[in-house]
Amino acid sequence: MNNKVIQKIDWATILVYFALVFIGWINIYSTTFTDQNPSVFNLAQPYGKQLLFIGLSLFLIILILSIEAKFYERFSSIIYLASLVSLLGLFLFGKNINGATSWYAFGGNTIQPSEFAKAATALALAKYLSDIQTNINKLKDQLKAFLIIIAPALLIIPQPDPGSALVYASLFFVLYREGLSPIYLFIGLIAILLFVATLIFSFKTVIISSFIILLFSFILKKRRNKRTSPLMFLVILVASAAFSYSVSFIYENVFEQRHRDRFSLWLRLEKDPEKLEEIRKTIGYNTYQSESAIGSGGFFGKGYLEGTRTKGDFVPEQHTDYIFSTVGEEWGFAGSALVVLLFSFLLLRLLFLAERQKSEFSRIYGYGVASILFIHFAINVGMVIGLLPTIGIPLPFFSYGGSGLWGFTILLFIFIKLDANRINEWM
Amino acid sequence: MRKLLLSSIIVIVAITYIGRLSYLQVLNPPTGNLSDDTAIKAIYDYPERGYIYDRNGKLLVANQPSYDVMVIPRDVKPLDTVEFCKLLNITKEDFIKKYNQTKRYSPRLPSVFVPQLSKEEYAVLQEKMRKYEGFYIQKRSLRYYSEATAANILGYISEVNERDLKKHTYYQSGELIGRQGIEEQYEETLRGRKGVKYIQKDRFNRVIGPYKNGIADTLPIQGKDIHLTIDMDLQMYGEKLMGNKRGGIVALDPKSGELLSLVSAPTYDPALLVGRKRSKNYTKLYYDSIAKPTFDRGLLAMYPPGSPFKTLNALIALEEGVIDENSSIRCSHGYRYGRSAFMGCHCGGGIRKLNNGIYNSCNAYFANAYRKVIEKYTTAEEGMNVYEKHLKSFGLGNYLGYDLPNGKKGLIPSSKYYDRAYGKKRWFATNTISNAIGQGEVLTTPIQLANMTAAIANRGFYYTPHVIKKIDNQYIQDENYIKPKQTTIKREHFEPVIQGMYDVYNKGTANWIQIPGISIAGKTGTAENFTKIDGQKVQLTDHSIFVAFAPVEDPKIAIAVFVENGYWGSRWAGRIAGLMIEKYIKGEITRKDMENFVLNDDRFIEEYEKPLSGKSFTINDGQKSYIKHTTSDNSLTINE
Repeated sequence: MNNKVIQKIDWATILVYFALVFIGWINIYSTTFTDQNPSVFNLAQPYGKQLLFIGLSLFLIILILSIEAKFYERFSSIIYLASLVSLLGLFLFGKNINGATSWYAFGGNTIQPSEFAKAATALALAKYLSDIQTNINKLKDQLKAFLIIIAPALLIIPQPDPGSALVYASLFFVLYREGLSPIYLFIGLIAILLFVATLIFSFKTVIISSFIILLFSFILKKRRNKRTSPLMFLVILVASAAFSYSVSFIYENVFEQRHRDRFSLWLRLEKDPEKLEEIRKTIGYNTYQSESAIGSGGFFGKGYLEGTRTKGDFVPEQHTDYIFSTVGEEWGFAGSALVVLLFSFLLLRLLFLAERQKSEFSRIYGYGVASILFIHFAINVGMVIGLLPTIGIPLPFFSYGGSGLWGFTILLFIFIKLDANRINEWM
Repeated sequence: MRKLLLSSIIVIVAITYIGRLSYLQVLNPPTGNLSDDTAIKAIYDYPERGYIYDRNGKLLVANQPSYDVMVIPRDVKPLDTVEFCKLLNITKEDFIKKYNQTKRYSPRLPSVFVPQLSKEEYAVLQEKMRKYEGFYIQKRSLRYYSEATAANILGYISEVNERDLKKHTYYQSGELIGRQGIEEQYEETLRGRKGVKYIQKDRFNRVIGPYKNGIADTLPIQGKDIHLTIDMDLQMYGEKLMGNKRGGIVALDPKSGELLSLVSAPTYDPALLVGRKRSKNYTKLYYDSIAKPTFDRGLLAMYPPGSPFKTLNALIALEEGVIDENSSIRCSHGYRYGRSAFMGCHCGGGIRKLNNGIYNSCNAYFANAYRKVIEKYTTAEEGMNVYEKHLKSFGLGNYLGYDLPNGKKGLIPSSKYYDRAYGKKRWFATNTISNAIGQGEVLTTPIQLANMTAAIANRGFYYTPHVIKKIDNQYIQDENYIKPKQTTIKREHFEPVIQGMYDVYNKGTANWIQIPGISIAGKTGTAENFTKIDGQKVQLTDHSIFVAFAPVEDPKIAIAVFVENGYWGSRWAGRIAGLMIEKYIKGEITRKDMENFVLNDDRFIEEYEKPLSGKSFTINDGQKSYIKHTTSDNSLTINE
């Protein structure tokens, strides 16, 4: 690392990074410490281990910033292939923890390759899209880009870890930014709408209302342009009907009751208070406990280390996926809103940095970083505050776990290095 | 546009999440009540309820221990219900019903499972209790009554109901609250404040330790002892004298407003309303709609005051200057105030002055005096306003402000009242002439009448009656009870009226019930009353009324006695008043003949049966009769 790099580094991003890591750690300490053994260096406890992980990520940061910026672009394909291989290897050598074969075990330590594959995929996608040969509006190139995104996801789904696989969907934001037709976004949005509407209302209602909406838009269009053919509208209608019907069919016949319960809790479909109570105790237990813990914090919270629900371990997995509920209980609205604002600032800052890149590769990679971090933040916090169904992915920089912290650190700092190097591109 | 999509989504998500957080944390903020937190269990330490003593320090109410079996449904583990039910002496159906009930109330808050075990039941159960998780025994204390007296004054305690829980955040289900009487009025004083220990639990409901090292824990504050102004011996004597009768005795110390006794008859043993049998007994007492033992007649029964009211009319007429001591009229066995309007009189007729007007209870004299008061003013309305103001200064027609939770306003008709009845300016003194003799619209409660007598005894002022004397051995300092209230009558006008009341005993309607050695001023009265039989208004035997105070020169006791359907004022109420006065002042009874007469009261059982018997009967010593299925005699009956 030379002085020029240090001068050009974006300190605002780094500051927010350390703020989030620090706030994350003190909350992990709060959820897992016991009165008997409060020493912070206790490696038998998650907070002690996390401190070690944080220390190691400092070395990672220095390493990443020291490597030549060009290295990441040049070796991106190799890094990507290596991470695919590491994911494939899980089928042979993976260690099963809590029902998911997502880890390699080295002695007593484990490592989760899917956390690193995110950065690798972002690099590979940036490399492919920045290639002068690539035209995102050509179907063939589109399919190649989709394949880069979907390949790791396909390897992760059978672990099973559908949450982590979902993260890759965020990279479509990158494709859109780089010129992908908005029709895909539109279709995605319509699909989500139809999905939710089918669950809340019914298959028949959805068909009837789409028919009415389409009929009106057809008539409007016909008035302006006499030659409008009804064929397109018919195709859309049939497609939505087919989609809606398959959603309804899959929900009723393929989903298991626990899946249905997750959705019915999320969309407030269940009205029977006794069944609702039952769902709260089983499938919705986490969400219910985490919502109550957050609610019990009030405006200023109960104070650090004073959260009664945190202390009583009422929220399961509180130091990993549900860490945000500790913030809510102990720091109240003030603390949790601050964390939301910090994340939003970080994401917007990253988008701003990405847009100022001269090199296409850096810009696309930066966009990928922001998209991946955003989807983690949005899904994790949305789940903890009860707005989204339970999808188990960590809160970046916050949640307990070495692989996660390192994966996000590598993801972020490669971009910080690229950004610091943006002037050198022209030399 | 493409550049802005993700940024916009980020901003929208951030706003949505902050909105959701403010909904969870700010708009629905936590109650701040530690007991609402599932992670914290509160363990309560109940202080002993304060004792109640009478004015002489005699113990009226103490405590006895009692044990409740409590349940926290969430903590209950599968158990041997057969054995458990046997231990608790309940059936399995009871068990299931009760368990579901408590679960519905709250799965995590404690509820009473079986209330108030006896000591013996407790001894057996105590050792085995640890086998039944989720159940535990909570010690409480119940009331213990040293004598079966004063149930109407003391009130009782019972479990809080859902309404109490909503109204007062202090209470938890299964706790006790004072109901009626002293227990209700001085609930917070007697109760003290329970102490609480907060315990941090984990999600498996295991105790982790004290919450924040006990920072929010509190120690119980003892309930305070109370001394009443009631004289227990006098109260018990009054209850004995009332025996089979219905009615009330209110005796107070005119120099302080302290209530010496407050007898309501029939009464009941306060110990009936203790423990597991309370609810059954209370229902029985409460639904006795004929004798109404839970109806505190001393405070709640409104009767026309009858002749004792004449003393006030005399005072008002003197104050207004429309008569003096020597004003006289001739009573011709009644008073004619219109062409066909005539009020009869039993005084014997002849020249009546103020003095013999009072002691012979002459209707004509007071009808004349009353008319002069109202007609002193240009309109009847003005006159009535002045008259009402005088009466109200004696504490009539409104709540007296004493420290018992029950009360009635009584009724002193205002000019507005008559405007409504007759139309504005369509009524005159003659329309309202029955006010002169305490009949008609006027209604008073016995305690108001006793208070009025105290104001006469004091020659012009009274203290608000009260039953509290000392709290925690400190004399009460409440301005309401220690500051005298002035009436609108000047002191000098009282002497001739008091002389008249004194002569009621010397030469008048009560001269055969004198108490040797005690100078008493009193006034007899009777009040007509009616009931409905087969939808028809039927007159019953008059109520017997007496008010008195003694000794005349230095009053120590003022008393009002009502005996329902006792007929002549002196026959029952007068005798009882005399006996109560003698008991209080001398501490012993010399007129055993009067006592024997009063106690020999089986005839009241027959009297109260009359309107229920469905047969024809006579009233007022056979002067009138009710013949079934024919119209009863409805002509106006008149006071003595």
